[in-house]
Amino acid sequence: MKPARFDYHAPERLDEVLELLADDEHDVRVIAGGQSLVPMMNFRLAVPEVLVDLRRVEGLHQVEIDAGGALEVGAAVTQARVLRDARIKDGWPLLHEGISHIGHPQIRSRGTVCGCLAHHDPHGELPALAVALDAELVVAGPHGRRTIPAEDFFASYYEVALEPGELLVAARFPALAPHTGWGFAEITRRRGDFALVGVACILPPGGEPRLAFFGVGDTPVLVTDPTAISESVAPLDDLHASAQYRREAAVTLGEMVVAQARERSGA
Amino acid sequence: MPEVRVTVNGEQYSAEVEPRLLLSDFLRHRISLTGTHVGCEHGICGACTVLLNGEPVRSCLMFAAQADGANLQTIEGLAGTEGKLHPVQQAFHEAHGMQCGFCTPGFVMSVVALLESNPEASDEELMDALSGNLCRCTGYANIVEAAKLARAGMR
Repeated sequence: MKPARFDYHAPERLDEVLELLADDEHDVRVIAGGQSLVPMMNFRLAVPEVLVDLRRVEGLHQVEIDAGGALEVGAAVTQARVLRDARIKDGWPLLHEGISHIGHPQIRSRGTVCGCLAHHDPHGELPALAVALDAELVVAGPHGRRTIPAEDFFASYYEVALEPGELLVAARFPALAPHTGWGFAEITRRRGDFALVGVACILPPGGEPRLAFFGVGDTPVLVTDPTAISESVAPLDDLHASAQYRREAAVTLGEMVVAQARERSGA
Repeated sequence: MPEVRVTVNGEQYSAEVEPRLLLSDFLRHRISLTGTHVGCEHGICGACTVLLNGEPVRSCLMFAAQADGANLQTIEGLAGTEGKLHPVQQAFHEAHGMQCGFCTPGFVMSVVALLESNPEASDEELMDALSGNLCRCTGYANIVEAAKLARAGMR
């Protein structure tokens, strides 16, 4: 099908974006890569009246490592660009590996890191990666900027902690200590499908593993005790897999990624 | 209405477009490049794959207005003058990497995108590149063969 009519804006400044978002009389949506929004618009499941495109907005295209070693990925940065960045492959290998599992090459060429986070499909990789990596989400709005820890950002299916009029402008991933272990695993029926179950794991040197599961609840599920996976996840039955299968798979994948992480940490 | 200025297969086009006009429809209906096929129109089948600034994208999942300023390549832009096929097209021809042919432009563009940026792609990378395209005739075995033949020819 074809999308319904809408007004289109491609401003160059963030304040113009926020001004457009402040319109509470119309259904205004932000578009970055559009890889979730445009299919919904083609089906007319989403019928926004106004689209605000981030592609020309200054200050949203950065992939920067700051003085403290944290990585900042701006709202207009595509997944493909992150995958090509050798600094990220070296410094945040879990992020690189996880993003390589998102959809297909054509999706990653357009799809953005921040778009995935703001859209929040709890079966997707990025929300769980953000939680495992203890990311911070930088939000701009009518009252200025604020920073939300990834753990507090994801509320429920397709719901996040953004208030009306706010825009996710960047995701910030803290530097990982040397000898941090990591692991990633997911089960999909076909390559590029949404995962039935998946998990991202970070193992700080000398610390406890930090496991973030996806596909087993209405948000990413953080587990720090690998013996408590089964009771921590809350999967549902659906067409693709039963809750019991997902629970058992979560336990198996969790053990697998903790072992990967221990091996990579050299512990 | 937004104006879109794009280069497609080396030629410049500019047009006023309705914001909701999909890039796939712009290519097919406004500039008559009907080689880009439209299968599912919701980002599953990959038949509409084109190259946007060298990267493979689904042209049904973006609006023409968003392509303003971009350099696009479609299946029509692959063959050289005098009809000499691109090595990927030649390989699909030789390996018969198609059945009905509807999905073929998308598969060819996906393989072109991969091999032009990574001529040494591994089998794994080749499968990843092909994974975003569906062939409902299920002629996958020959499509994979064609992609491998293309790789051998482009090394």
